[in-house]
Amino acid sequence: MKPMIRITACAAALLCGAYALPAAAEHYTIDTQGAHAAIQFRVKHLGYSWLLGRFNDFNGSFDYDSANPKAAGIEVTVQTKSIDSNQAERDKHLRSKDFLDVDRYPTARFVSTAYEPKGDGSGVLRGDFTFHGHTQPITIAVEEIGAGPDPWGGYRRGFAGTTTLTLKDWGIDYDLGPATKEVELFLSVEGIRQE
Amino acid sequence: MQFRNSPERYGAVAVALHWGVALLIFGLFGLGLWMTGLNYYDPWYRQGPALHKALGVGMVLLVVVRLVWRWRSPPPPPLAHTPWERRLAGVVHGLLYLLIFAMAISGYLISTADGRPLLVAGLAIPATLVGLPEQAERAGVVHWGLAWTLLTLVALHAAAALKHHFIDRDRTLLRMLGRS
Repeated sequence: MKPMIRITACAAALLCGAYALPAAAEHYTIDTQGAHAAIQFRVKHLGYSWLLGRFNDFNGSFDYDSANPKAAGIEVTVQTKSIDSNQAERDKHLRSKDFLDVDRYPTARFVSTAYEPKGDGSGVLRGDFTFHGHTQPITIAVEEIGAGPDPWGGYRRGFAGTTTLTLKDWGIDYDLGPATKEVELFLSVEGIRQE
Repeated sequence: MQFRNSPERYGAVAVALHWGVALLIFGLFGLGLWMTGLNYYDPWYRQGPALHKALGVGMVLLVVVRLVWRWRSPPPPPLAHTPWERRLAGVVHGLLYLLIFAMAISGYLISTADGRPLLVAGLAIPATLVGLPEQAERAGVVHWGLAWTLLTLVALHAAAALKHHFIDRDRTLLRMLGRS
């Protein structure tokens, strides 16, 4: 009899403990399975046009509490060899030691450290980006796009973000010419809330 | 010098084809190594690979002509070989032909990995096998490995010819230069 009482007491304490906690941030998994997420990049080609490409294989998740958006956080891991600029010979070159060196640096990872919502549907996300063997803080301009129930019983929330990387800062110094020192990244993520 | 091969000597066609292919092997190898190290702003950054592809396709055509010619006009029998030497020479010759085709196929698989045709001298050779996992990279690794294997076999082939000339003192090398 005594052990039974003890277990019940513990269970009650756990439940009460859980209720006593502040409302937990909602946890979202980025919907890469359904490809409602994308990582695209663009660089100037010779200074005359934009070369566009993307990374096809990545995953990540984010936390967002609409009552406390400042506490939002995200982590995204990108498989660098999934780079796709729609031209096989160029992709082969981009994966080589001249650029991404994907054998040595198979993943790139972003982990946020702070989020500053501006209250107008935009915000600034700061975090550490690990790419090509370097980890440095970067800033991402965020657009809060929307959130709500989806037609299939789930709940989704989406953001878009842009940032610009200077290739040399990350140890990529292949000479693509004076107009091609920087790469712009565009990240669009839709998260499915995990219940 | 006659065009066709005879039981004593190689004809002009076989000699020209042999040395033409030899030149192409060295040329393609050197060009391939050099062009892959070029900077983006080098004028040869695009011309080098274009020439490499054109010469590669030319090589395949030349080797096909060579094999047809070998069939239509059989080469003279080898000189003063022991049975194992004949067998080894046969294997090396077969491998040289095989490697040339394997080089061409692996190169073609790099350039056509995304479904784009191989453009050579105004011709579009269509892509066939596309979208294999990491096709361009893997075909590239194979192309590179085969190139060194081919060059090693060519060195063995040349060393054997020199052995015939200087040690056996027979006319194998001279015959390939068109002499009887």
